[in-house]
Amino acid sequence: MIDGTATAEPQTVSRRSTRFRRGEFHAFAGDGAPFVYMTPSAAVYRLDDASVAVLDTLAQGDCSPDELAQALRSRFPLPEVKEAIEELVRIRAVEAFLETPRKAPPAELPAPSPAALQRASGKRVPLSTLVMNVTSKCNLSCAYCYEYGEDRLSEASDKPRFMDEPTARASVDFMFAESGDQKLVNLTFFGGETLLNFKVLKAALGYARERGATLGKRVEASLTTNATLLRSEIIDWLVENDVGVTVSMDGNKEQQDTFRVFKGGMGSYGTVAPNVKELLARHTRRPVGARVTLTKQNLDVRSIYDHLAHTLGFWEVGFAPVTTSWQRDYAIQEDGFYDMLTQFQSLAAEYLEFALAGKRHKFSNVRDTLEEIHKGLNKSHPCGAGMGLMGVATDGDVALCHRFAGSDAHKLGTVHGGVDHDKQQAWLAEHHIATKTDCKTCWARPLCAGGCYHEAHTRYGDTHRPNLHYCEWIRSWTNTCLEVYGTIAAKRPEFLQQFD
Amino acid sequence: MARVQPINKKARRVDADTLATPLAAAAAPDAAAGNDVVALQQGGAPTGPNIPLGCSFVFSPGWEVDSSGGTAGLCQPVERDLYDCYITCFWPVHVPDLYNHAPDWTAKCAAAQKDWRKIDLIFP
Repeated sequence: MIDGTATAEPQTVSRRSTRFRRGEFHAFAGDGAPFVYMTPSAAVYRLDDASVAVLDTLAQGDCSPDELAQALRSRFPLPEVKEAIEELVRIRAVEAFLETPRKAPPAELPAPSPAALQRASGKRVPLSTLVMNVTSKCNLSCAYCYEYGEDRLSEASDKPRFMDEPTARASVDFMFAESGDQKLVNLTFFGGETLLNFKVLKAALGYARERGATLGKRVEASLTTNATLLRSEIIDWLVENDVGVTVSMDGNKEQQDTFRVFKGGMGSYGTVAPNVKELLARHTRRPVGARVTLTKQNLDVRSIYDHLAHTLGFWEVGFAPVTTSWQRDYAIQEDGFYDMLTQFQSLAAEYLEFALAGKRHKFSNVRDTLEEIHKGLNKSHPCGAGMGLMGVATDGDVALCHRFAGSDAHKLGTVHGGVDHDKQQAWLAEHHIATKTDCKTCWARPLCAGGCYHEAHTRYGDTHRPNLHYCEWIRSWTNTCLEVYGTIAAKRPEFLQQFD
Repeated sequence: MARVQPINKKARRVDADTLATPLAAAAAPDAAAGNDVVALQQGGAPTGPNIPLGCSFVFSPGWEVDSSGGTAGLCQPVERDLYDCYITCFWPVHVPDLYNHAPDWTAKCAAAQKDWRKIDLIFP
């Protein structure tokens, strides 16, 4: 083993000359103009003709400065080429290196050591969102549900079906204790069907607001519901308490009733639609969104969007493909993913038209991605699960997120005993993007980072695995969003200020 | 910058952070070859971003000795030594030549502690 006394000298390098090669980026167009998305930094740049020419030339292979100048001399004056190279080097779209005989494209960054990974993940992130599963029970029997259906994680029988009030209060105390010096904490209620345990939910938020006032912290509250149990007095309470609402809903009557049925098999649209209309009419202080689960049987994104956004009038509509193992009857297969992509792209084109006209569009999948692109998010982990976000099960066990709440294998602590921080740090280090070999060469990794842990667990039985089944999909979709972003940046940059 | 225009927030931050680096120096490592790799005893770290290389800079317990000072309980596989020595040091350990003969030797090894089995033997 080597030690600090090693005397191996680097070779003398001064006689070798500089060469240039392409760095790691993804090129895309917006409104006909060329842009690059820099993979390591998540920065977006617009290029001029000279810089595009430099990158195109380097796409053929490494070049010396002379070769580059020679290749471009008929098209651009030398100072322009030089300036372009310098700027591309600065943003790392081009790498300058000292000539060494080599066969391979750029050497990859060294994999970080476990100790470095531990350090990188080791910064204690304060809890900013607590998702409280107030019940694991539901009055619907959606076949695709990950809480109940064929892909469920925890055995429903060994946990209480409802959270009791002492546990809810302990969860609130836990949330404040783990929130560090955050001035704002988010409390989200989830289920099962949250409103089946409205009494405890109400008590929990009351207690949280009271504790928040004492501690000088603001509490933002939200809940997800299937809307079957929304009554006037519940809506009153949601409005009074400024609670954000997301309704799980799959579209028009036929679409909704395909999977979202009561225990006896009766469709839920007839119950849900009037409740939603009343909610939307009265709850105007907070945006109310619809969250759609797409399945092989329900994949007409356009008509779902039109119904939820226009006929019912939701503030925004977001879509996610069903999380399931591939062999289930409702799993979206490869051609379905392609179909979903083209429909998403057509809605994204409409979003762009709206944006350029200064109007608001309700397709939240585009909006969310644009915001991430604008901020230049570069994720070490696909989401905040186990970091700034945790889920509490009905018995007070704390897990990575609401999807894992109740799973002993993914438990990070309890609301009574706090988080096992060693376990949490180890878990974060193990799931760092740098440990995902397959993601190493993907340009979309700053935004995707391997995708949802729960999805990976359901699909491959392992949270460590990147979700390889939708890589192509994610890259195509990210490219679409980059094109939308580039076009808005070129034609109506002020629209992007909302994401600042 | 005249040719490359920062668009999103991250690009503007990168731009602000790198303005301190003279463009010409960034694009011409041969001109500054003396500063490309420097030994610290030569008079301190170079200006601008730089990365100290070498295992002696990194505290990585469990690599060379275990918690009791022995080698019985090392927490990392011995194969990691080869890899780490090659990648982060200039120490010519007995590993394949990544530049000429085995450019893809570590291509499947993003994280040595997990993927070290994928580092294969190379026969010249």
